[in-house]
Amino acid sequence: MLGPTQFLVWSLGILLEATVLVCAAARHSFRRYFFLNLYMGTTLLVEISRFQIVRSFGFSSQEFAYFYYYSDALLTILLYFVLISLYALVFDEMNAGSHVRLGAVLLLAGTALFSYAVIYQSSGKILSRFMIELSQNLYFVGLVLTFVLWGAILKLRETRTRVIQFVLSLGVYFSAFAATYALRNLFPNLDWPRTYLVPAIGFLLPLAWAHAFWRVPEEARLAPARLAVVPR
Amino acid sequence: MMAALILVFSAAAMLQFFISYCRSLIATSAKQVLSAEVKDVAGIHTRASGDDFKRIMQLLHLCPARPEDRNSVPAIGAYFSLLNFLRATLARIVPSMRAWTESERGQCAYFAAVALERRISFSRHMLAQQIDA
Repeated sequence: MLGPTQFLVWSLGILLEATVLVCAAARHSFRRYFFLNLYMGTTLLVEISRFQIVRSFGFSSQEFAYFYYYSDALLTILLYFVLISLYALVFDEMNAGSHVRLGAVLLLAGTALFSYAVIYQSSGKILSRFMIELSQNLYFVGLVLTFVLWGAILKLRETRTRVIQFVLSLGVYFSAFAATYALRNLFPNLDWPRTYLVPAIGFLLPLAWAHAFWRVPEEARLAPARLAVVPR
Repeated sequence: MMAALILVFSAAAMLQFFISYCRSLIATSAKQVLSAEVKDVAGIHTRASGDDFKRIMQLLHLCPARPEDRNSVPAIGAYFSLLNFLRATLARIVPSMRAWTESERGQCAYFAAVALERRISFSRHMLAQQIDA
């Protein structure tokens, strides 16, 4: 069952996800960033469902493990759509939207097939290992896509502060999760990444997005070259 | 092998994205002009320096937190710690890195001073509301 700390962390996560939706609605940005809000709304529902499953079956149950990994993969796929929508925003003036969508869908299908092929050859416990491998690869591909998008932002001199902050926070999120899953893949018996690291990383995106919606006006502009670690 | 490569690449990318994200937070507050009162309280005479950061953060914790600061202030605090780490290690070997960390630390202090100004006006606003009630 859940301890008081875990209960607090869970409740805080749910509250933060709801805050993003409220901030987006209050700043009239719900439709403009529809996929970001759709992702946050789905995350909210998933978190509530996970909470119910833990209450019914327990934290270490197989039911929770299966629901956790499947919903995680589903949320990651949804996060791809967020990324595609940000690509569409950045490449808006170049009319390259259809190429971006096609490329992203092909990459997603390729990642799923690659993960399935790797696990099919190496394990008897196909489903659970497939989910960890798939999540690690999905997050990593998400990270690579975010990296490319950040490069495009620097190259095309995209100045919208909100878009820049959404992309950078996604980069931190994808890389943190890809690293965590890789760590779990390398050391399957390690428990602390799942217990402490995953909930802490889970806070990053709702905090950053709530801040961007609430504090950064849509018309705010920023020179992206100033943000690059290596000066351009 | 694959997982190890992903781990190394992801950790490096996370560092790069985190630094850029913190700099985007700092850039949004860099345009704001500090009042003479806050400059005086924070001890900023000409330009904010990294050495002012700790004192400004202590003052910041004395004021009631604004909900909007919940994310940005801890992120900049973590960024400042990272800069201190770089200053104590890599910057000793690479002189250009020392100048860069000093400049970044100063900007972190300026960001904290802007947050302090916001919190002071927030406290004043709350006090005025209480007096009115």
